[in-house]
Amino acid sequence: MENTTSHRNVLIKSLLGAAVMFMFAIFVLPPLYDLFCEITGIGGKTGDAYTATEVVVDTTREVEVQFVATNNATMPWEFYPVEHKVVVHPGEQKEIVFYAKNLTGMDMVGQAIPNVLPNNAADYFLKTECFCFNNQPLAAGDDAELAVVFIIDPDLPASVNTVTLSYTIFDITDRGSMQVSQLK
Amino acid sequence: MAHGPSESFFSRWLFSTNHKDIGTLYLWFSFAMFLLGGAFAMVIRAELFQPGMQLIEPEFFNQMTTMHGLVMVFGAIMPAFVGLANWMIPMMIGAPDMALPRMNNLSFWILPFAFAILVSTLFMEGGGPNFGWTFYAPLSTTYAPDTVNYFIFGVHIMGASSIMGSINIIATVINMRAPGMTYMKMPLFVWTWVITAFLLVAVMPVLAGAVTMMLMDINFGTSFFDAAGGGDPVLFQHVFWFFGHPEVYIIILPAFGVVSQIIPTFSRKPLFGYSSMVYATASIAFLSFIVWAHHMFTVGMPIAGELYFMYATMLIAVPTGVKVFNWVTTMYKGALTFETPMLFSIAFVILFTFGGFTGMMLSIAAADTQYHDTYFVVAHFHYVMVAGAVFSGTAAVYYWLPKWCGRMYDETMGKVQFWIAFIAFNITFMPQHFLGLAGMPRRYSDYGLQFADWNMVSSIGAFMYGGAQLLFLFNVIRTIGWGKPIDDPKVWEGAEGLEWTLPTPAPFHTFSTPPVLK
Repeated sequence: MENTTSHRNVLIKSLLGAAVMFMFAIFVLPPLYDLFCEITGIGGKTGDAYTATEVVVDTTREVEVQFVATNNATMPWEFYPVEHKVVVHPGEQKEIVFYAKNLTGMDMVGQAIPNVLPNNAADYFLKTECFCFNNQPLAAGDDAELAVVFIIDPDLPASVNTVTLSYTIFDITDRGSMQVSQLK
Repeated sequence: MAHGPSESFFSRWLFSTNHKDIGTLYLWFSFAMFLLGGAFAMVIRAELFQPGMQLIEPEFFNQMTTMHGLVMVFGAIMPAFVGLANWMIPMMIGAPDMALPRMNNLSFWILPFAFAILVSTLFMEGGGPNFGWTFYAPLSTTYAPDTVNYFIFGVHIMGASSIMGSINIIATVINMRAPGMTYMKMPLFVWTWVITAFLLVAVMPVLAGAVTMMLMDINFGTSFFDAAGGGDPVLFQHVFWFFGHPEVYIIILPAFGVVSQIIPTFSRKPLFGYSSMVYATASIAFLSFIVWAHHMFTVGMPIAGELYFMYATMLIAVPTGVKVFNWVTTMYKGALTFETPMLFSIAFVILFTFGGFTGMMLSIAAADTQYHDTYFVVAHFHYVMVAGAVFSGTAAVYYWLPKWCGRMYDETMGKVQFWIAFIAFNITFMPQHFLGLAGMPRRYSDYGLQFADWNMVSSIGAFMYGGAQLLFLFNVIRTIGWGKPIDDPKVWEGAEGLEWTLPTPAPFHTFSTPPVLK
């Protein structure tokens, strides 16, 4: 059949196209989505560890930073911010503490995921130190004070006077520590 | 090449590479799935007949809504149109068969396995998928029953089947048109199917990607959709609807094609605005890729995103309006007769347009906040899927069945079926608009007392509609076995196209030598 080669052409091109779309869905869409969220600040995801640089503290402006802690699903730990809010000047480095206690009789590993509201503040909330960068093992009955050191970028949009930093703590005991190290 | 079908029943149907036999297999399979999915719908409507829990457990109700959606979309509507494509495309473009007949066999025969795997989960411990046909993470990952892996495997097989079926259609249309059958002379059903096939090749792999990511999240410790590991459940919705929105046009475009064949036949006029129909179809296909997030207005998008997806969605009304205008204009001043296929096609145009208008309402981001996940959405997509795809599929069967088997169906029974289906459909789904606007959320097994009356009406309509399908089945079987034999190649006086130049019933092999086009 003279058509055989042209059929094969269509077949190969289409299968290649399908394979490309499959790869696109798995390897391109998720990073693209993350990138999009990072640029727009949607989802309130905060950035990686920030290395403090010399900035001028803007003492003319005050920003209230509120802290919220949530337990995901069945996570049984006690988990709350020691102070519920602080007032800082943009550019000022501030340390605050969350308290976590493993109330169960089992050794567990927790992982806190940060989120910042409003969305357009996410890019200006800089953490130089955070327990959320690592997973948090706690032996049965143990407790810990978990520190966050943050700076509000002086470029924070003028419309934002209150920033809420929320942590949700997840039980990742069963997952081991895989994937967790690359968390933001 | 003069030999007919294999004598043995098993080798004829299991090993078939004949486009007509495979088309028949697809159509019967899809009808079986249609009845199964319909049975699930009857369970849903029976439970919702009255407020309170009557018949089934809420957990089983969730499995029913999920399976109803999955079976209807992937098992009934899509294979039905692939079956029609198999039967009609070679006959419409003057080709002897599909381009890749053995792949054609494979793409059909993996489907029953996919659905056996999917449906078998209902009998397993933990039950079948219960997370809705859109299977949003983390419902379908962290909180899914263990059988979710069967579901994922089933979806992979369906995807492979659809992709192979589409490649076959693309190769057939590109390579096997009779001499003189230029692209702009192809019947519109062929055109809409080619465009659909490209959509399928583009988005079924995305669906496969979505379920693969689920599979890895569930079994291999990745965190694509799991916030605990740095993933994002909203990503799932984006990936799903990047597949899902083109998918709804995959379902409706071949239905457009069918109606564009039938309306000119019974209007005894050529289709008005053929080339604008082709361009409108292509535009709809293109737009389908850039509007997906209108399904997710309430997840928390920036206002710019909401506005963009809102306006882009509204833009789809333009090419769709062109199509509706062309169908109506084809009928204008035509010598109309109202045989069963024509009745279903006219009902398609009216009800699909109605569903399109409710779609416009849903596209308004601000208003969608109220409509989102209510019965208004359920009513909307049943107007476009049932009155769209299913009515058009029914019309197609009545239109071409005499050609396929050389026997005429019972016109009275067809018309009775039409009127029951048309009235029952509206009794079922019209009240769901009211329920949705009044705030009844979808996918719940129970509801507040204020929704009781319209739910009862809707359930009564649903049982009637289900009954009409049994009449359809009876009429088709009666036609094949005992219908009045006919041998007029044209069957319908006003029919135009290559398929009507063939003898009736269509012989096992057709166009072994290409036809000469006038």
